[in-house]
Amino acid sequence: MVAPINLQLEFGGGAELLFDGVKKHHVTLPSQSDPWDIKHLLVWIKDNLLKERSELFIQGDTVRPGILVLVNDADWELMGELDYKLQDQDNIVFISTLHGG
Amino acid sequence: MPINCSSCETQRAVLRRPKTGHSVCKECFFRAFEEEIHHTIVSAQLFQPGEKVGIGASGGKDSTVLAHVLKVLNERYNYGLELILVSVDEGISGYRDDSLETVKRNQQQYELPLKIVSYQELYGWTMDQIVKQVGLKNNCTFCGVFRRQALDRGAMMLGVNKICTGHNADDIAETVLMNFLRGDIARLRRCTAITTGSEGAIPRCKPLKYAYEKEIVLYAYFKKLDYFSTECIYSPNAYRGHARAFLKDLEALRPSAIMDIIHSGENLSVKEDVKMPVQGTCTRCGYISSQGLCKACVLLEGLNRGLPKLGIGKHHKLHHKLLAQEPLSEAETRKLKSIDF
Ligand SMILES: [Zn+2]
Ligand SMILES: [Zn+2]
Ligand SMILES: [Zn+2]
Repeated sequence: MVAPINLQLEFGGGAELLFDGVKKHHVTLPSQSDPWDIKHLLVWIKDNLLKERSELFIQGDTVRPGILVLVNDADWELMGELDYKLQDQDNIVFISTLHGG
Repeated sequence: MPINCSSCETQRAVLRRPKTGHSVCKECFFRAFEEEIHHTIVSAQLFQPGEKVGIGASGGKDSTVLAHVLKVLNERYNYGLELILVSVDEGISGYRDDSLETVKRNQQQYELPLKIVSYQELYGWTMDQIVKQVGLKNNCTFCGVFRRQALDRGAMMLGVNKICTGHNADDIAETVLMNFLRGDIARLRRCTAITTGSEGAIPRCKPLKYAYEKEIVLYAYFKKLDYFSTECIYSPNAYRGHARAFLKDLEALRPSAIMDIIHSGENLSVKEDVKMPVQGTCTRCGYISSQGLCKACVLLEGLNRGLPKLGIGKHHKLHHKLLAQEPLSEAETRKLKSIDF
């Protein structure tokens, strides 16, 4: 079993509109048998934070193309994307590029 | 697993560039992003020293990054440009407030002059007044046409030599796709041009033409630029939305897809014997138009005469009457008066 971990999630660029307009969320992921990765986190977000229109955020088992993900201020493409193993106190940012400019 | 920057090899990389696949640190990214835009400006000879350049500013990510980068480059390379932010206030209560506030903050942050031109000032009608006349179902026709012209008309009022807009590589690739899907050869041929004179009297250019949306958003994020994002409440263009989603799916599989589509658009050659629509100008306002009256003038005429349907359907036959200020027949009036909801 892994201990529960605390994360700061941030939604921006219009993605916050899917989360009642709230940009910053402090969340605790419960203890589970496998270490948490981003793939699991997305499922957790869908079940716990996303109220509606989840297809605008999640597509298949990943984020909708056009949503950027940063892990501690670095592009998740450098961090293993869905397989990145979350650490306690990580800061994960989701920025939509799909909204009006 | 932190990766080092492939450029300076000392700092931690913060992003993988979609264009090149390189992993770069913040500082190297800023420099490369700005230098590539400088390269675009120089190689396409977008500006001449001493020009007054209007930046179409919506408060959104693209125009905010454009204003910031142009300001930086104008100083770094002595372009000698007089930059001015130009914003359009459609007069939709509650809708533009936040984005206009963002533009006003940008004005102070970048120390650039700002002019907000209102629909009231340009057309004599606010969007809210138009919606009252035509109903919610038809207002998109109006806001699309009016918005397209507003920037030109505002820029003309300010006496600028050129207008820059924040269209990025993703936008242009999307437009190429859309025009291809619609079979619109004339637009397909024009839409990749970095400078166009055809959209109005004032040349327009797109310095971010080769900048990926991902990089624009990350540039704004890492520079902590202040921008505003919203869903365009009045134009949920489903067709465009699908084209965008398709493009993003392609990009996820292969990031170069965006640039490849732009290059396809640029390299399309249209056979000599393909008939192109003749471009003329509106006899009333001088804006580019293939008809005697441009779409905006037809819509305005309809509003001012209490015939809001004018300009929504195909009513070209009535244009000469409008031009001659002739009265319409009763049957013509009836057809145009009612708006179905
Ligand atoms: Zn570096
Ligand atoms: Zn609209
Ligand atoms: Zn006109």
